[in-house]
Amino acid sequence: MHTEFLMGNEAIALGALAAGVNVVAGYPGTPSTEVLETVARRRSQDVYVEWSINEKAAMEVAAGAAYSGARALVTCKQVGLNVASDPLMSLEYIGVKGGLVVMVADDPGPISSQTEQDTRTFAQFSKLPCFDPSSVAEAYEMVQDAFELSERLGTPVFFRATTRVDHGYESIQVADEEEWLHNDPEGFVRDPSRWVIFPRLSVVNHAKIEARNAQLSDELSDYRRNFVLPETDGAPRKGIATHGINYAYVRENLGEDDHVRVLRVATPHPFPERLAVEFLQDLDEVLCVEELDPVLERALTYVCGKHDLPVRIRGKLTGDIAPSGENTVESVGAAIDAFLGVDRQELPAPAMPTLPVRPPVLCAGCPHRASFYAVKKAMKGRKTIYCGDIGCYTLGNAAPLDMVDTCLCMGAGINIAQGVFHTEPDTSCFAFVGDSTFFASGITGTINAFYNQADMTLVVLDNSTTAMTGHQPHPGTGRTMMGEVVQKVSIEAILRAIGLTVVETVDPLDLELAVQTVRRVADEPGVKAIIFKSPCVVLARPQAHSHVDGERCVGCQRCVRELGCPALVPTDGKVVIDESLCSGCTLCEQVCPFGAIGGGRRIDMELPQAGGRA
Amino acid sequence: MSTNIILCGVGGQGTILASKLIASAAMARDIPVKTAETIGMAQRGGSVFSHVRLGEGIASPLMARGTADLILAFEPAEAVRQLAFLKPGGRVVVSSRPVVPVSSMTGGPAYDLEALMGYLHAQVGERLVVVDSDAAAADLGSAKCLNVVLLGAAARTGALGLSTDDLLAAIHGRLPERLWDLNERALSYA
Ligand SMILES: Cc1ncc(C[n+]2csc(CCOP(=O)(O)OP(=O)(O)O)c2C)c(N)n1
Ligand code: SF4
Repeated sequence: MHTEFLMGNEAIALGALAAGVNVVAGYPGTPSTEVLETVARRRSQDVYVEWSINEKAAMEVAAGAAYSGARALVTCKQVGLNVASDPLMSLEYIGVKGGLVVMVADDPGPISSQTEQDTRTFAQFSKLPCFDPSSVAEAYEMVQDAFELSERLGTPVFFRATTRVDHGYESIQVADEEEWLHNDPEGFVRDPSRWVIFPRLSVVNHAKIEARNAQLSDELSDYRRNFVLPETDGAPRKGIATHGINYAYVRENLGEDDHVRVLRVATPHPFPERLAVEFLQDLDEVLCVEELDPVLERALTYVCGKHDLPVRIRGKLTGDIAPSGENTVESVGAAIDAFLGVDRQELPAPAMPTLPVRPPVLCAGCPHRASFYAVKKAMKGRKTIYCGDIGCYTLGNAAPLDMVDTCLCMGAGINIAQGVFHTEPDTSCFAFVGDSTFFASGITGTINAFYNQADMTLVVLDNSTTAMTGHQPHPGTGRTMMGEVVQKVSIEAILRAIGLTVVETVDPLDLELAVQTVRRVADEPGVKAIIFKSPCVVLARPQAHSHVDGERCVGCQRCVRELGCPALVPTDGKVVIDESLCSGCTLCEQVCPFGAIGGGRRIDMELPQAGGRA
Repeated sequence: MSTNIILCGVGGQGTILASKLIASAAMARDIPVKTAETIGMAQRGGSVFSHVRLGEGIASPLMARGTADLILAFEPAEAVRQLAFLKPGGRVVVSSRPVVPVSSMTGGPAYDLEALMGYLHAQVGERLVVVDSDAAAADLGSAKCLNVVLLGAAARTGALGLSTDDLLAAIHGRLPERLWDLNERALSYA
């Protein structure tokens, strides 16, 4: 064993490696991404790791590996689980041979996600056992417990953590590589009665799953990570039930002389019912401190009803804990004080000056800015809808670009544009999709629109990376997580193979050409595509910076108002360029009506092979 | 004994590396460390913060408002945004250089540097250290080591509970050798 200062996600990866994981597949998504990246960095030679094309593919790769006796890990964010849910729901009925852990990162807040869904609820729905760690150290240990349980029971198991555990850091004890378990998969053993799902098999296995979960609830009541904190003195009348990072917030707030009993639930499903009954004995009231869904609150309310216990269960459903959003040390402290009847002294907040708002923005020199600007210019005065999608380019919604009318979930923009077209055919419908998003879930949508005779323009924003989540490779980049350089999959070839006849690839930083191309392509009939190809500036080294000629700049600030590039800074009635940010993309040079900006140089279309992280 | 530190700034300014250097320096002295970082969308030029908690008996990586011994701010407006976390008597080290968001130039609330700095002086008084980061960048020949300049200033206030030597050892442990000289000069820049 040795000590390392680790991010929660790194600890999860090392825990999986220590448990002898053989195959790891995932699709990036905050706050889950670093798990797979750490596996790739720290794995031993015989561990296979891939960024799959999407979460469904990752789940299926892991299922095949686990059928063959391998220990397999899937990583994704909570909305990624929605994409993987079709194989996973059926997989629960079939089961696995090698341990299969599905690591899902939930995101209360949400800080970097579309939804506040709770994988604990998904565990109840899908009937999978679920682990929910409270700290980095626990995450490391519990992922190993998850593999053990999965393999012993032959079921996939959820390992869900939330952002503050995933992205928290702690110095913890971890095993040396020599201490890692070694798992030699037996290989796939042919047995259609086991591996081929049919209604007859499903009904039999369903009954087995229900029986197993009832038995598992009892077993998990003795799991050492589900516990009731020892009472201090006397018999408390009040209790707190909590989970995950909220357990840390509860501990920060409880003093020596607070007479409360605490239940910490590490396995929300199956719920450790017997332990809960012990916890509830002689209590009058329980406050459930949880984030996302009121999972513990509902479970305890049910247990009280079933066991006829006169305990009042409070939490989200009773308005004692906020129904949505992230909890904090203070919000939990305030809720506990109110619950215990303690007066809380609020620090008076002195009046603050007006703060600037600082939402995330496209980087200086981001090619997406140029793409949006070109379409905006080309379509000025026409009736349009701009369906956006998920990625850095969602940030094209902000002023001054204001070029994202819709955004729902990955890949949805294409068929949303199609739906708008079928409703108002006189609108020029655009769908913007990133390259990674196109591979993940844009291809079927494009075929749907093409085959069903839509009239729309597909704009693929090809920056040769999955930028938003930290620059992962995808099939268009020709690099794999095993470190191989492989044949790239061409987006243009895919579009042509579908049958599109108008597919134009343009550098968006060549503004005039880009605008002309959009004008021309938008007027073609049917589904047609423009691929705006230019590398993400975070990966490409700037070749020169632009600068403003102070003599020529008249201070009209048109560049600032049209582009909103963070490198353009209004200063003393004129504009200067912040060289530390400027990538020399030349877009502002092409926009300035007075030719006052020069010196930049566009980055070549071809990316260097080396990757990097934002 | 525990020390609570908040680092804050704008995505891309290097707050994460700074918090890692503090953590490494503390660990080298066998002080337990817990931190929480902003990772994700906000890294694209949004407001970012790190909570760094050093010492025994800490349960949560995030601290409560009114409990920070030190706020290390890479940007004046972000110092103001996080100020509620400062405990009475706590210190603030702030970079003088504003990063004006695009929103302030395109119709959002204006960036009023004078009002923000005035507020910091009024609230924090003599426990405020303002680092002239433009001068530091010019003198050091690089704006890239602002994080280490700020760390040096923070260490000299005593509020970190770590010395510049502790930090220097952490720099040697975490950064490639070609960056040592620049960062050593940044650390002792005053
Ligand atoms: C189902 C699902 N999986 C993963 C994510 C996380 N995610 C957000 S943006 C993105 C990819 C963006 O890549 P790309 O389309 O290439 O656009 P870029 O950020 O490079 O502009 C991913 C994977 C998500 N939001 N939904
Ligand atoms: S990371 Fe790349 S794609 Fe994302 S905003 Fe910055 S330049 Fe654009």
